[in-house]
Amino acid sequence: MMPSSAELYPVNNFIGDLVRSIFQQPAAAVINGLLALLSLMALVGSLGAVLIFLERKVSAHFQLRFGPMRVGPHGLLQPLADGIKSIFKEIIKPAGADTFIFFLAPLLPVSAAFLVLAVIPFDHHLQVADPAGGVLYVLGISGLSILGILLAGWASNNKYSLLGAMRSGAQMVSFEISIALLMLLIVMLSGTASLRGIVLAQEGTIFDWWIFKLPFLGIVAFIMYLVASTAELNRTPFDIAEAESELTGGFATEYSGISFAMFFLGEFVNMFVAACLVTTFFLGGFHAPLFGLPVIDPLLNLIPGFLWFFAKAFLIVFLYMWFRWTFPRVRVDQLMYLEWKIMLPASLILLMLSGLFVAQGWVG
Amino acid sequence: MLTAADTEKNGKEMITESFSEYSLEGNTLPEGFRLPPPEDEEAEEFFVNIGPQHPSTHGVLRVVVRLNGETVVEVVPHLGYIHRSIEKMAENQTYVQNIHLSDRLDYLSAFSNNLCLCMAVEQALEIGVPERGEYIRLMICELQRLQSHLLWWGVLGMDMGAFTTFFYGFRERELINDIFEELCGARLTVNYFRPGGSSVDVPGTFIPRVKHLLKIMPKVLDEYSNLLNKNIIFLERTKGIGILSPEKALSYGSTGAVLRGSGINYDVRKNDPYSIYDQFDFDVPLGSVGDSYDRCQVRMEEMEQSLRILKQAAARFPGGPHRSQPQQNYKLPKGSYYSQVETPRGLLGVYIVSDGGIKPYRLKYRSPNFSNLNVLNELAAGHKVADLITIMSTLDLVIPDIDR
Repeated sequence: MMPSSAELYPVNNFIGDLVRSIFQQPAAAVINGLLALLSLMALVGSLGAVLIFLERKVSAHFQLRFGPMRVGPHGLLQPLADGIKSIFKEIIKPAGADTFIFFLAPLLPVSAAFLVLAVIPFDHHLQVADPAGGVLYVLGISGLSILGILLAGWASNNKYSLLGAMRSGAQMVSFEISIALLMLLIVMLSGTASLRGIVLAQEGTIFDWWIFKLPFLGIVAFIMYLVASTAELNRTPFDIAEAESELTGGFATEYSGISFAMFFLGEFVNMFVAACLVTTFFLGGFHAPLFGLPVIDPLLNLIPGFLWFFAKAFLIVFLYMWFRWTFPRVRVDQLMYLEWKIMLPASLILLMLSGLFVAQGWVG
Repeated sequence: MLTAADTEKNGKEMITESFSEYSLEGNTLPEGFRLPPPEDEEAEEFFVNIGPQHPSTHGVLRVVVRLNGETVVEVVPHLGYIHRSIEKMAENQTYVQNIHLSDRLDYLSAFSNNLCLCMAVEQALEIGVPERGEYIRLMICELQRLQSHLLWWGVLGMDMGAFTTFFYGFRERELINDIFEELCGARLTVNYFRPGGSSVDVPGTFIPRVKHLLKIMPKVLDEYSNLLNKNIIFLERTKGIGILSPEKALSYGSTGAVLRGSGINYDVRKNDPYSIYDQFDFDVPLGSVGDSYDRCQVRMEEMEQSLRILKQAAARFPGGPHRSQPQQNYKLPKGSYYSQVETPRGLLGVYIVSDGGIKPYRLKYRSPNFSNLNVLNELAAGHKVADLITIMSTLDLVIPDIDR
């Protein structure tokens, strides 16, 4: 019997305990909260830089280019240069724009990413909060990012932006449903809506992950979740809200400087968040991919869980990038057709079948 | 957002001086050509300017689109943003000087434009072209067709949101452009052909380079059609979209792949063979429905046919002179002359009226893009905005050729 990962990594909040031993209770809670916030901000900031660099490099290599090569070795400092550039650029507000909403909108996608990252279990004890209804929380918050797009398009006083916003509004109300149903499927299988609980329910070998544990249906659900989350993220082939070849820039047409950069950052961090959720729901979260082999498994277990988590999440991020640089864009009515005529019935049937599997004890 | 209805409702308050000057009313077709007003009076229509600065018009074309939500009601192309009065300038230049101006019509088929003008002069003065000269003309024009279609394919993908195809298309196009560069020093505006042949002979590396291209291209074309043209999203986006009936295609005077996509078998190279096209074995690919997909497939197959022609030509490329004796001035006898060629985009005609001098009295180009653009409203009305972009892309427009 090999040691479970919970035994290998007992719950241990070193920094939190240290703070509590030094400060009195009300102050300690505040300081711990601030520390958590700070670490999340650092995560979002560094993730943004890493992901933008990664996307530029991945797309470049798909397209027979090198991508950024000049700033730093292999262009590693390019995101920094881009960031500085966009901070110093002028922010132009079009005449007739709704000022408050125009400047509020770029903040929403990033804040949504922030809030969801707070409940992602990166490792056994690397999670800011673990609410019992974590899945519901994620579902509620992730709508914020599309709300930002909707408001941006409306506030810009530009027809292209408005068209983009209309499209993303239609997207928002539709793909959210599929995602919710697929999350429900995972909650049903795990017996808990806490994200940490969902990961713990997948403990064991690679065949205990929900993608494989649920025979055949797991893979179907995984693919459907990937499609639905790509649509949620507004990425090609579902990037109809931005659609630069049709709407020049869609919702972001009128944005410049740092407010455009916030949209950009929000898009990339949200992509990572979606990948985190895929990892949590289907790929066993922070568990190492064990195969039940005597020699290799303990070695794999030596690698800390958060590294496994990030490896899996970046694999999914790479998939999203692969989609983007390969597929043409679908049309807005085809997107609606895909959701309401195909994805929604399919996810309902999937939910029912999985219920049958669980009742018959065919899971695992 | 201002709609025509809004301005009426709000009356004079909305109408400033500049507003009335740029009134949206002016953006529609003239009375009598307009589409009937919507049956539903509640329908909120609005105008969107696509262009002159827009990523998908590939130049400075301005298309005013009347939209009902996402649906296109009416499309009105506005021309003139890149008018350089080439036809007027032509009247003040000799025929050889005019060749470089013809490059600037449709910059992706500069060789065909050169050829068309030279053929008119040759026809007037009964100048013969040596066999090697004819082979050079034919091979270069087919290479040109190949590079133009490769660019079109890349841009088509980009207009549909698949950015990567653009770079793939350019990879092979670069090989062809290198051939052109070695040939005459220019890659786009080449100024290469002359009455009686071409300005310089091809370099020794020409045939090996063409043979290399012939070796890699079939595989590449397969790869490209697997990457984009067989993709389910591509099929959904093009099949049944923008159907051009054969009658409409004829009545608008469209040519090239737009006409052949509608199933009409007309190719100047076959129907009115010029140069030495009648000595070569090739097919004219045809569409059946006339939708965006057919136009795309016709172009994809045309690339294969061009390779066929190139293969035959490279195998029996003759020696000898590349040009018959050049003259100091080409004085066309009094009268009018016409010649036409099949450019990658369709039928290009040049009509010269000469008063016997060294310059044309009047020179008129019949450009394929102008006629092909005019079917746009016919094709796009009733489709979504996204389809308008795809349709424009399948028409393969080059804007400087429309305005001249």
